[in-house]
Amino acid sequence: MTLVRLFAFLLVFACSAPLRAVELPGDSVYRLPVALTNQDGHAFHLADRAGKPRLVSMFYTSCQYMCPLIIESLKRTQKAIADEGSMKPAVLMVSFDAAHDTPEKLKLVFGQRKLDATTWTLAHTDAASVRQLAAVLDIQYRALPGGDFNHTSVLILLDAQGRIVARSEKMDGIDADFVAAAKKVLAQPAN
Amino acid sequence: MRLILACALLFAAGSLPAAEYANLPGGRFASVLPADAKTADTIVAPFALRREPVTNAQFLAFVKTHPQWQRDHVASIFAESRYLAHWQSATTLGNDALPDQPVTQVSWFAAQAFCASENARLPSWNEWEFAAAADATRADARSDPAWRERILNWYSRPSNAAVARIGGDPNFYGVRDLHGLVWEWVDDFNALLVASDSRDQNDPDRLKFCGAGALNLRDRDNYAVLMRVAMLSALKAADTTVNLGFRCARSTSSGNTP
Repeated sequence: MTLVRLFAFLLVFACSAPLRAVELPGDSVYRLPVALTNQDGHAFHLADRAGKPRLVSMFYTSCQYMCPLIIESLKRTQKAIADEGSMKPAVLMVSFDAAHDTPEKLKLVFGQRKLDATTWTLAHTDAASVRQLAAVLDIQYRALPGGDFNHTSVLILLDAQGRIVARSEKMDGIDADFVAAAKKVLAQPAN
Repeated sequence: MRLILACALLFAAGSLPAAEYANLPGGRFASVLPADAKTADTIVAPFALRREPVTNAQFLAFVKTHPQWQRDHVASIFAESRYLAHWQSATTLGNDALPDQPVTQVSWFAAQAFCASENARLPSWNEWEFAAAADATRADARSDPAWRERILNWYSRPSNAAVARIGGDPNFYGVRDLHGLVWEWVDDFNALLVASDSRDQNDPDRLKFCGAGALNLRDRDNYAVLMRVAMLSALKAADTTVNLGFRCARSTSSGNTP
């Protein structure tokens, strides 16, 4: 009886494992299992976003200065890519602030920054996943006693399979190399 | 089917004795990396720390029960190509990796997964630094020039020298080999050298080195500890090096004594 139960448990375990991971390349960011919640309170997995190129960054909502700059930089970059004839790439921003950035707070910033609901996602995850996601994205961050974070400010371009294709730390103007890399990735046939 | 077999093995394994953890009291601590990036002391919560670094034998037992962490199965986003490259095979140590040497050439992700497998986690930098401030008789020996000298002597050894076996003398807390054996991963390795203010938008260097430049290091004379910070903050999570290992920690403040 115990054996049967164990076997049943293992079957369930095996079947619930994300199958998509097998199809992704070894250096795909989507290999990392991360459970996220978006600004509307909808739960999703990072790997759900595989299939299309994407701009990714990290931020937190109570950030007064740098994070709005990151958001504006992403908007400018997104527009520059679309203006040159490419598809408008989707944007995913994940919060460093696991303790405070509820969907309500994300939603507020979403409205304040007038983000395009068809392409933008602001997302929250747990503290351990924040650390892991920052690690795969090579983003450094450090919580400060007052509730602020020191962090790397960077735009990251993922291809459809989740490989990091380009990064930019230019927060004013347009990074032409980054835009060129995005156009190239967006021109590749989807798979 | 292979996955099911592998999972079944997980339940059958368990020949090595459980790792020993020492309880540390935590408390107010003057970290070389001040909590507010200026001068504030850090409060370290009570925690438990593995008395010894994880050994090759222990890591071998882990990869046998967690085949996704064998060197020929692991995804490159989690461990680069040198991961466990000194082992004879994916599941054999061989002559270059003795069972009681600390495991090295492991990535941060692999170290995290190992610690999770013994219901633990990687220590934070502050926890590691707190434990490593002790010598044999004092909780905090950092101001003693002899303490610093000993550690710096170890740093000056060539890095191609063979890694010693575990089993150094226990420190004040009963923890061994924090110095003198290997460098060790910490959970927040990517939090150590973040600039204290990344708001100077017009200075390209400040932006570029948002992760490195302006942190206000207290106790600048303490090279013995600062070299660790410099080394850890230069790493990426998938990186491995020939003298970088790890040990695990557990939180004890919430009553779950190990």
